[in-house]
Amino acid sequence: MRLELRGITKRFGSLVANDHIDLVVEPGEIHCLLGENGAGKSTLMNVLYGLYTADEGEILLDDEVQHFSGPGDAMAAGIGMVHQHFMLIPVFTVAENVMLGHEQTRGGGRLDLEAGRAKVREIADRFGFHVDPDALVEELPVGVQQRVEIIKALSRDAKVLVFDEPTAVLTPQETDELMAIMRQLKSEGVAIVFITHKLREVREVADRITVVRRGAIVGEASPGASDAELAALMVGRAVELTVHKEAPQYGTSELVVSHLDVSDARGTVLVDDVSFTVRGGEVLVVAGVQGNGQTELAEALAGLQSSVSGSITLDGVELVGRSVRQIIDAGLGFVPEDRGVDGLVGSFTVAENLMLNRADEAPFARYGLLQLKARDQFAHDKVDEFDIRTQGIDVPAGRLSGGNQQKVVLARELSRKLRLLVAAQPTRGVDVGSIEFIHKRIVETRDAGIPVVVLATELDEAVALGDRILVMYRGRVVGIVPATTPRDVIGLMMAGIAPDDAGAAA
Amino acid sequence: MTALAPAPAAVPDAGEHRRVQVISRKAPIAFAIVTGLFAILLLAVPREGDATFRFATVGDLFTIPNATVPGMATAWTAVVIMGLATVAAFVLVARRRRVPGWISLVFAFVFLVGFLAWAAAGSPSDIPAVRLIGGSVLLSVPIVFGALGGVIGERAGVVNIAIEGQLLAGAFTGAFVGSVTGSPWAGLVAAIVSGVLVALVLGVFAITYKVNQVIVGVVLNVLVIGMTSFLYSQVLVPNAERFNDTERFSRIAIPLLSKIPVIGPALFNQTIVVYVMYLTVPAVWFALMRTRWGLRVRAVGEHPSAADTVGIKVERTRYRALVIAGAIAGVGGAFYTVVSVSSFGKEMTAGAGFIALAAVIFGKWDPIRAALAALLFGFASNLEGALSIVGAPVPSQFMLMLPYVVTILAVAGLVGRSRAPAADGVPYIKE
Amino acid sequence: MSAEQSAPSGDAAARAVAPTSPESGGGDGGPDRRWQEAIARATSGGWAVAVGAVLLAVLAGSIMIAVTDPEVQDAASYFFSRPADLLKAVGDAVGGAYSALFRGAVYNYNADTFAKSIRPLTQSLTYATPLILAGLGVAIGFRSGMFNIGGQGQMLMSAAAAGWVGFSFDLPAGLHIVVAVAAGVVAGALWAGIAGVLKATTGAHEVIVTIMLNYIAFYLLSYLLATPGLLQAPGSANPKTPPMASTAILPRIFGPQYPLHLGFLLALVAVVLVWFLLNRSSLGFRFRMIGENQFAGRVAGVNVSRTIIGSMLVGGALIGAAGSTQVLGLITNGFGSDIDAGVGFDAITVALLGSSQPVGVFFASLLFGAFKAGGSAMQAGEGIPIEIVLVVQSLIVLFIAAPPLVRAIFRLPQPEKHRTGKKKPREPKAAAAMAAPTTPTADGAAR
Repeated sequence: MRLELRGITKRFGSLVANDHIDLVVEPGEIHCLLGENGAGKSTLMNVLYGLYTADEGEILLDDEVQHFSGPGDAMAAGIGMVHQHFMLIPVFTVAENVMLGHEQTRGGGRLDLEAGRAKVREIADRFGFHVDPDALVEELPVGVQQRVEIIKALSRDAKVLVFDEPTAVLTPQETDELMAIMRQLKSEGVAIVFITHKLREVREVADRITVVRRGAIVGEASPGASDAELAALMVGRAVELTVHKEAPQYGTSELVVSHLDVSDARGTVLVDDVSFTVRGGEVLVVAGVQGNGQTELAEALAGLQSSVSGSITLDGVELVGRSVRQIIDAGLGFVPEDRGVDGLVGSFTVAENLMLNRADEAPFARYGLLQLKARDQFAHDKVDEFDIRTQGIDVPAGRLSGGNQQKVVLARELSRKLRLLVAAQPTRGVDVGSIEFIHKRIVETRDAGIPVVVLATELDEAVALGDRILVMYRGRVVGIVPATTPRDVIGLMMAGIAPDDAGAAA
Repeated sequence: MTALAPAPAAVPDAGEHRRVQVISRKAPIAFAIVTGLFAILLLAVPREGDATFRFATVGDLFTIPNATVPGMATAWTAVVIMGLATVAAFVLVARRRRVPGWISLVFAFVFLVGFLAWAAAGSPSDIPAVRLIGGSVLLSVPIVFGALGGVIGERAGVVNIAIEGQLLAGAFTGAFVGSVTGSPWAGLVAAIVSGVLVALVLGVFAITYKVNQVIVGVVLNVLVIGMTSFLYSQVLVPNAERFNDTERFSRIAIPLLSKIPVIGPALFNQTIVVYVMYLTVPAVWFALMRTRWGLRVRAVGEHPSAADTVGIKVERTRYRALVIAGAIAGVGGAFYTVVSVSSFGKEMTAGAGFIALAAVIFGKWDPIRAALAALLFGFASNLEGALSIVGAPVPSQFMLMLPYVVTILAVAGLVGRSRAPAADGVPYIKE
Repeated sequence: MSAEQSAPSGDAAARAVAPTSPESGGGDGGPDRRWQEAIARATSGGWAVAVGAVLLAVLAGSIMIAVTDPEVQDAASYFFSRPADLLKAVGDAVGGAYSALFRGAVYNYNADTFAKSIRPLTQSLTYATPLILAGLGVAIGFRSGMFNIGGQGQMLMSAAAAGWVGFSFDLPAGLHIVVAVAAGVVAGALWAGIAGVLKATTGAHEVIVTIMLNYIAFYLLSYLLATPGLLQAPGSANPKTPPMASTAILPRIFGPQYPLHLGFLLALVAVVLVWFLLNRSSLGFRFRMIGENQFAGRVAGVNVSRTIIGSMLVGGALIGAAGSTQVLGLITNGFGSDIDAGVGFDAITVALLGSSQPVGVFFASLLFGAFKAGGSAMQAGEGIPIEIVLVVQSLIVLFIAAPPLVRAIFRLPQPEKHRTGKKKPREPKAAAAMAAPTTPTADGAAR
């Protein structure tokens, strides 16, 4: 089936998320939609899938104009979608998830579960998947859940299949498998839209590449284009991914983590016997595919995990077993991974957010009472110093752009007297200008002789920012290597292959 | 077409992460506390004499003789058995094994027998097993219907604090329409309609206008109390004969079944509404767990956006579930006026809707468990009456308190573990 | 049990498949913040919506009064012969009702003297007193993300404690009042604290726990009242306490002919103190922090468990003060298990109507206090059951909570940001963090 989008425009208030987008996807073609986070790719696909209604423009399938009032219509027309955040019901089985919405029934509205199971088996066999139709989805690994999503779409005979950032949660190896599946689908004549911001994947499978920036199409590229060309199209100017920094000058302070275990409420060990040392004056990047224990490691450092064993010492002081408050007072600066959730109170003002973790101490509070003058003076200073673009210090922080929100968090953390900085994905969803600024401030902190731990999922950032790189896989440390290690070696390590073997393989 | 995809071996398995086993020590601890408290009670308030349990009713197929047991001896025997069960539970947990459900059941039954033996010791009256069971069933009818309504609503993602309001509205219209028409059937239908109306108001505010569901529920209760009390004083009281004096459903004895000793007269000599209840419980279970409707209802309650992406209309599904739930709760309301007594009284439901809510949670959002929980709560209320007959030194208020205490223990995770539908109480805001 | 305590980071698989799945019965706080958002939305309707809501509710009340009025029904039976009679009957019924309400709540223009004419106003303020205190208590809960439905139970327990001190202690006049009020405050705080502790340690949802605690308190008080030697008046078989000692009774502010007692001043002081607490203190900052975003609060070093318990204690203490004023100011000649007089639930509506702001709660309480005073007068004078007041009050809150409905009825413009301010529901953590409607940023709306 041939998909064509003509002049799709979608506005949210004053924001134009999609600006007259034209797109054609032929059957048996993998069409990549490349763009930065926030470029409007997912909005476009949600319009296609009937989740949003476009303000202007039309959707054509085999040259017929379609009118979707909901995903049901889109599916009936032959459009399937593998969502970035899986649209699976965790407490249902695979078969129930696959049949949901187009259930076959026997008499009296009874579910025909056997038909659902058969459908799962049939599609799974066709693609060589290994999926138990009666397994509960919540108990399946992420990679398998994604296959359930694919089965779900195929069970409705989708002729146009949209993959929305499908590789964000996959290991490099799982990603390769997904690419193989896409090629097989393509050979069966399915039209595939592949949304991503990762250049490597694009060049590997794309037949055509369309680059989106700020809601508009900025160009097409051939799969043979270089990384630099594609990246320049994506961000609108030539980007330099390197961070200027001198060789580390080691200071005296030191973070020592030894035999650290973190487990969740169900007893799954998420951080498994992790040991490392970070010296003052160096940046240790913790790299890995999302969900391999990095988040929990960072949270354990900040005292946010409840069942932790092992030892974390900062300049000889044990941090395990201490409260978050005590750890903050011991000199931890913490930039959490999800700033909108953990780093900021969106409805609080910029000024309030800048003193969020200091509301009990002078000069912001005296005798339990807030000192508004001190708060506002501090806020004005920091807004200037960190170039936070806001209409004022009384604006709710949730209204700032991602980059400026992150600057608020960074300003708050860096303006305390630190002995350790832990920054989890500090540049996620941040515009390019702010990324450079944030990198610069992190390097300055390192150069002040403070140990710095940065979590990164993007290889580029890991290599650019780190002095050494610690790779995690399934909660364990695969290895700690210098930042000069070849990228493909680090990539293999992210799939759980030990550095020596990885080096040999690469 | 042959598979190009990688071999299954490449698929990562679940459980690659190391696991440490989490074992709950709650059962043995709870056992130990109950056993200890019971022993203290026996020591503090010893009672003389025998206790008699009566099982027979006139017309039984065969007669089970009364059982007379020495009160204190029976009670202490119960303590010993409970102690053994506690030890067994501790041993199981120490060996990192689960405590099976039947041990809990035995524990509860032995405790009940021991407690009754203690309570009735030396009393001239006996403990009528038939009335104990039959009365419990009757007291739990509105709670069961309310809880079933609550389960359906919450499975669809709508928290229904207004069960109380639905019961009360059902009781009022049941009495009014039943009196005006002179037919309990008409009263029943009217009660169903009013249950649905309350549900629709809940739906309009909670689903369409996305008002916090707890707020709507609390306020709806007040609204229904206000309206029914106002109309009661203004309309029903001045014309009580015309408007507030209904025919009631009469009891129907089911041939044969009603002759079974103990449970026959207790369970099978009841009104049509009670038999409807017997059928509704499994029917709701079947509908929720085994039909397309149920799958969709549960889907919108667990993950509405996932349901939306496969073309299920979330709001419409929730409305439909609420309407059905309201109808069921309405039947429970009708029970008050077309089965139990023949006239409406101000706030006559007296918190049964909240007990139903408690049963929903205690029953872990499962229709059958919730109905059993409702039955248990009905039993607790009924036990209070039985105890006062035998003159047991247990203040009635503490028995009446029981359902609420048990529910708090349940939500605190001390009794079982409750997991609500994931999107329960969350309005669905389309992107 | 420690393993089952709230742990916001679940295992990776569960997190990836279902961002909405709770770790336990509410321990992860996600749903709570969505509630907070709902409350924020429910209470930020603007004055036009508030006026519209009151108008609609009063209209609905009028219809109920008119339809159930016997004379109106009579006139309706011959409507086609003399339609004017029906209109007149309706006017008489409704007009009579509301003028009686006004005379009972604000100013009785039929009274002989000015002193008697303004008595209703002081009656309204007297009824408003416990509403202000309890409403502030509920509001503090709302602002810290806690839904305290347990006002009734907290009132009952505090009344029991204050009453017990009030009738059984022998203390000098001033001190007796202080000790009795303090006992009530402590009892209310502790009763609410149960829900706080359970929420903080096990994740048990406070809505369920407080509802259940209401009934437990009711039966506990019934037991105490029915048991000689505890709260029951000696020599009586009624479930009622003896009268309060004269030393424990709150003095009347304007002398014996006006019911307004010292509790009203206490309530005024409480309004100021709560405003200060919420807006100017570190403790209030922490309350609001966990109310708006528990996760950020935790990362910022706030001890969430302790703050939850603290907020319930402070809220319960205020509701306890309300219970104390009931037994030491309003009903001083002994009380039964209905001493809460619905204040526990009215407090919720008052807090909602007042946007959980101290000053808003104050004025909402005045309105509801006036309804209560006027409703009694309406019942006495016009024979209209006082429950009509419940109907009007609950309708006001329902309409206030759904501004779009009110705007639609009155054809007011619907604000546009309402729709677009939402983030995707599939990212509930992020969406809920934006408690206030926000203008979407580029990566918010388009990601």
